[in-house]
Amino acid sequence: MWLELIDVARTFGTRAAVNGLSFQLERGAIGCLLGPSGCGKTTALRCIAGFESIDAGTIRAQGTVLAQPGRSLPPERRHIGMVFQDLALFPHLTVQENVAFGLTRLSRDERARRVGELLEVVGLSDRRTQYPHQLSGGEQQRVALARALAPKPDIVLLDEPFSSLDIELRERLSVEVRSVLKQLGATALLVTHDQQEAFTVADVVGVMRDGKLEQWATPYDLYHRPATRFVADFIGQGVFLLGDVVSPNAVQTEVGVVHMNGAGEMRPGQRVDLLLRPDDVLHDDASSLTAEVCARAFRGAEFLYTLKLPSGARLLSLVPSHHDHAIGEHIGIRIEPDHVVAFEREE
Amino acid sequence: MSAVAVELEGPRSRGVRNSRSFLLLLLLCLPALVPLFVVLTAVFTPEVEIWSHLARYVLPVVTTNTLVLVVGVSVGAALLGTSLAWLTSTCEFPGRRIFEWALLLPLAMPGYVLAFIAVGFLDFTGPLQTWLRGAFGSSSWFPSIRSTGGVILVLTFSLYPYVYLLARGAFLTQGRRAQEAARTLGMTPMRALWRVVLPMARPWIVAGTALVAMETLADFGTVAVFNYDTFTTAIYRAWFGMFSVNAALELAAVLLVFVFIAFALERRSRANLRFATARDLSRQAVRIELRGVRAVVASLCAALVLGLGFVLPVLQLVVWAFARAASDLDARYFEFILHSVLLAGSAAIIITGASLLVAYLERQYGSTPVRALVRISTMGYAVPGTVLAVGILVPIIGLNNVLQHGLSTWLGDAAPSLLLQGTLATVLLAYFARFLAVGFNPIESGLSRITATIDEAAITLGAAGTALLRRVHVPLLRTSLMTAAILVFVDVMKEMPITLIARPFGWDTLAVRVFEMTSEGEWERAALPALAIVLVGLIPAAMLTRRGEHVA
Repeated sequence: MWLELIDVARTFGTRAAVNGLSFQLERGAIGCLLGPSGCGKTTALRCIAGFESIDAGTIRAQGTVLAQPGRSLPPERRHIGMVFQDLALFPHLTVQENVAFGLTRLSRDERARRVGELLEVVGLSDRRTQYPHQLSGGEQQRVALARALAPKPDIVLLDEPFSSLDIELRERLSVEVRSVLKQLGATALLVTHDQQEAFTVADVVGVMRDGKLEQWATPYDLYHRPATRFVADFIGQGVFLLGDVVSPNAVQTEVGVVHMNGAGEMRPGQRVDLLLRPDDVLHDDASSLTAEVCARAFRGAEFLYTLKLPSGARLLSLVPSHHDHAIGEHIGIRIEPDHVVAFEREE
Repeated sequence: MSAVAVELEGPRSRGVRNSRSFLLLLLLCLPALVPLFVVLTAVFTPEVEIWSHLARYVLPVVTTNTLVLVVGVSVGAALLGTSLAWLTSTCEFPGRRIFEWALLLPLAMPGYVLAFIAVGFLDFTGPLQTWLRGAFGSSSWFPSIRSTGGVILVLTFSLYPYVYLLARGAFLTQGRRAQEAARTLGMTPMRALWRVVLPMARPWIVAGTALVAMETLADFGTVAVFNYDTFTTAIYRAWFGMFSVNAALELAAVLLVFVFIAFALERRSRANLRFATARDLSRQAVRIELRGVRAVVASLCAALVLGLGFVLPVLQLVVWAFARAASDLDARYFEFILHSVLLAGSAAIIITGASLLVAYLERQYGSTPVRALVRISTMGYAVPGTVLAVGILVPIIGLNNVLQHGLSTWLGDAAPSLLLQGTLATVLLAYFARFLAVGFNPIESGLSRITATIDEAAITLGAAGTALLRRVHVPLLRTSLMTAAILVFVDVMKEMPITLIARPFGWDTLAVRVFEMTSEGEWERAALPALAIVLVGLIPAAMLTRRGEHVA
């Protein structure tokens, strides 16, 4: 395994910022730690970089131990590149000097070639002699990426790299960053609180909560097969609907019996919360099942309706935008989940 | 990562690295700590015999004189500085743009220079009274400049810029908006001044006044010209006149207590500065337009202060210097300059380098004991030069005697006689103790503007330790390092008591020459070296006014 964390813990005083964190990242893969602020994702990143020591567990890169409790390789000798939240470009150096900063071991020619190569990749060849303050936010971002990648680090860490940019630029740059990382075959680990960003950039995403990893999976699986209630809640939109298990793969709810595809693991008689995403609830005028529109958000191509069932329970439904219904209207709906996810009811 | 064996760094090696840096830091701070420690020890181990002598013959006069002087100068400088600051920052009158920065110029003139010019010009034998006698027959009605009032006046005129600078900053930043708010609530400009603007600027005014008080306590040259006995002159006389090391030490200890009080006052008011800063500097508030008589009075007041504090003294200095240039502009004069520049230059290099190391070590290993050590070591700036000189010389003389004794028992009569106390190293050590803060403050504030992630970025790219310092910090700190070196250079050029007490025999500098000529009443001959000091002193004054323009 290229990068491996085994049961890593980091405690500040009595608070465990990272607790029993384990995951693996393959060579050339882009991983992401995703979670709300204060979940310990940045601390995890700083432990890998070597700016924080760890209290338990092991961090390994290519089988070499980087950190263990009480012992750690200094950050400057870990071969790890990092892109910082505030970018931390050196203001006294030009673009090419910034990129060349970590290339002390190369000859002058090799260094110039490597810098030229990277500036080419990030599209800043014509800006090489300018200073950071003369660049736009997006350009600065790309210099920071090029600088981190220049010494061919084993792993690149990106700490909320887009948070200082405006939303439009953020979306464009996250696509760009992924293509640069892939083009250079870099192994990378990103930290963010923005799931859109995580899904755009990463191959595999870990959702963190209170210092623990809830699930480590592909974006598709996180959305459609969340392992825990927290992940189901945190990723995407959706509501939980109360249901009774009637057979190992069928649940009786207010909106009818919902069948699970695949082997069911539920015991009949159990009460569960069924996860219904907005795209699981379809609008169907022919359906005998109706619900009252109690809020609507126009999104251009579609409406996101909040619907109220007779029991008072709410549903979200994504409907093509030519179906324009007023608040208070009753509309027909059909439940058609691709992947049924249910969690045991917590009393 | 390559398959080379990787050494992990355990807690022990990190601990060793930390304690090594702490030792280095302690070594750097030692010259600043020793004199404070030596003098403070004297506070707690008074010698009865010396004390009874001091208490009877010296302390009553010296204490009264010092207190009267400190109170008088503080009140004077606070009034003068605050009112001038208010005039130039919130009013509009003819010449305001020039007065705004020109009123800082007296900073370039050390108190002792202003003092001998005032005495030389206004004394009975001076040009003014001579002219008065010629014109009116008698000048006996003219008040004597050699009086308590005279010395207070001179120090007030040379020290008010400290209050002016801080109060002006306060008025410019927060006074305007608050004043506008007060006006919308129905207050007249005058009422707003008393109810809002002055109370809000109080921490700055107090901080400036505390600086003035500390400078007054530390002053040696000015009071020496007036033969006005304070603690500093008493220490000097105890050292040279009575050759009583212990008496000097005891006096220094008492003075140190006064200094601590002023220092604590300054710290407390500084702590308040943080809570009252306003961010909105962009908006140009409307100034109060002064017209007619008021405008004339405002211009005249500002012109009078500038004239008395800077223009006229400089003119008098030039006149005297030219009168004497033909005979005094000789090889000896250039030797004074050479000595001054050598001392100030080496002090600037040593102190700037040490400050950089101290600030860097504090940043890398900023634990509580480290920070406390640095705070105490940079306190020397508040301590009068006479106190520090005594605090450095006493242990060095002790060391000298021990070594001499060892040498004599080892070599017998053939032993050479040592004189550690009369070396340049001793003077530089004392400068180090006094001016470490002068070099440290600009460098520390420069360093604090470099974010922690800049360090981390450099480290992940392989530049740690000295490489980090060399490749990132030093280039980023270039301006701060220059500022530190210039400030130390100028302060050492002006410095008088340490140089007088600790210099090697015959090693005369410009300031020493000024002291020698003024103590003989040879004002004209003191003018030439003084002019050089004033010219050098204009550099930091110019730096301050340039910065002031950015604020305004």
